[in-house]
Amino acid sequence: MITAVELGLIYAIMALGVYLTFRILDFPDLTVDGSFTTGAATASITIVNGVNPILATLLAFLVGSLAGVITGLLHTKGKIDGLLAGILTMIALYSINLRIMGKANVSLLGESTLVSPLRANQLLGTWASVILMFAGCLVMVALIVWFLRTNVGLAMRATGDNEEMIRSFGVSTDNQKILGLALSNGMVAFAGALIAQFQGFADVGMGIGVILIGLASVIVGQAIFGQKFIWIAALAVVFGSVVYRLVIQVALNAGLEVTDMKLISAVLVVLALILPQWKGFSKFANRIRIRGKDAPATEVKEEVGTNA
Amino acid sequence: MLKISNLSKTFFPGTVNERKALRDINLELIEGEFVTVIGSNGAGKSTVLNMVGGKLRPDTGNVEIAGKGVTRLADHARARFIGRVFQDPMAGTAPNMTIEENMSLALGRGTFRGLGSGVTKRKREMFVSELRSLELGLENRLKAKVGLLSGGQRQALSLLMATFSGPKILLLDEHTAALDPQRAALVARLTEEIVQRHKLTTLMVTHNMEQALRLGTRLIMMHDGQIILDLDSEQKAKMTVPDLLHEFEKIKGAQLDDRTMLQ
Repeated sequence: MITAVELGLIYAIMALGVYLTFRILDFPDLTVDGSFTTGAATASITIVNGVNPILATLLAFLVGSLAGVITGLLHTKGKIDGLLAGILTMIALYSINLRIMGKANVSLLGESTLVSPLRANQLLGTWASVILMFAGCLVMVALIVWFLRTNVGLAMRATGDNEEMIRSFGVSTDNQKILGLALSNGMVAFAGALIAQFQGFADVGMGIGVILIGLASVIVGQAIFGQKFIWIAALAVVFGSVVYRLVIQVALNAGLEVTDMKLISAVLVVLALILPQWKGFSKFANRIRIRGKDAPATEVKEEVGTNA
Repeated sequence: MLKISNLSKTFFPGTVNERKALRDINLELIEGEFVTVIGSNGAGKSTVLNMVGGKLRPDTGNVEIAGKGVTRLADHARARFIGRVFQDPMAGTAPNMTIEENMSLALGRGTFRGLGSGVTKRKREMFVSELRSLELGLENRLKAKVGLLSGGQRQALSLLMATFSGPKILLLDEHTAALDPQRAALVARLTEEIVQRHKLTTLMVTHNMEQALRLGTRLIMMHDGQIILDLDSEQKAKMTVPDLLHEFEKIKGAQLDDRTMLQ
């Protein structure tokens, strides 16, 4: 069970990347399936060749963001539909990932990685590593919340919220989309690099379906915990990622096979999209959510001071 | 301040739907001039506005703002000179962001947007004093999401956001048309005050002749892609709505006769 939580916390970084595109930019980015593996491949091959694992993981971030830039350019400058642009990059990345690794998988057995200190001290699978990883996630969440409140962060949010409006204030929405996709895929690749080090290998097929895990985490997490403020929305993604892993764990314990996981992911996303439309669910969810001062929308509709 | 020369635009050229939206338009606004534009549907009013704003590119002709040619600049690139308020009250603000965040986005017009804090204490103080001028109580709700505001409040906020960061030109595209009469009157009053306070060079399209006569320092009437009437402040003051309608029928009739004769 603890391993499931650990996995959930590492995948949470990927899910936060998906949150940036899916919720902030309102852009369904499928590049993720490719860039996750790209991150794993880049980190693994450089670690095997003796590069410092911290440097290797940062390098994974950079290569991942490059993939995001390509999807962004295809979409904005090439005027290709967002979904298709993502799929094109994702498919192209499959070949590139094989080129990076030189073969279908790279083992990190016996290499010094970011995870090996944990393994050496037998911390993996204990609450100590869970706390450590959760702290890492909190740093990530803090960074994202900070970024989304800067001037450029506000412009990025406005790009996803009202494109016409933010253009009228002099922001190139094309550039904002490219930047958002770069950051998002950088984070996804970063998570891929961590997962490769956690499981001890990178495999060319490891990214398949990752977008679904990311979406499940974002949608499930925010359906349960809400998205009233940015910090709640971002934290909800982290919790959503852990909830997802726990659901998978329960399903496995109930006798389902590992090969059934993709089906479970899909069903989970469908449930998370449909359930909130039911009345009973929203009552239940409202009890957990943290509400803001200006909560009920109906209360503040009236205008004052119209002496027309 | 704003100079439009020989502007022409044809939509769907070479097809059965071909429509000449603008025929060789020339218009010059001096600094501080507030021009109201009226005309029937399809007269080309909104097309002119979209050409100045950069949403549309002309087939021929040029647009100059403060002596600078902007014809080739994309809409977001010339937005540093231009404040815009759209007809749809939902169009000018970001609904899922707070009032102060929206104000900050507007304040950033024409500046580089970096990693500085979007809303600072100093900016917030400025937003409060700007919002107070609207007299809608919005200054007490800086952290409310804009999507919670009514249409009239959102349009008033859009107007403030379009103007307070000091654009050279203000474009108003029937910005009171989608509001109920009371809110429309409020936004019209605010428009008048704000334009006067900032001495903004303004181009306002409206369907409301009474409004076109009451607001502004100059009135232009368009028909069939051309400017058919141009009244200065003095002439405008003497005009009434029936006069305007009569004038319109007269010119339209004369034009129709010309066309029929030519055919």
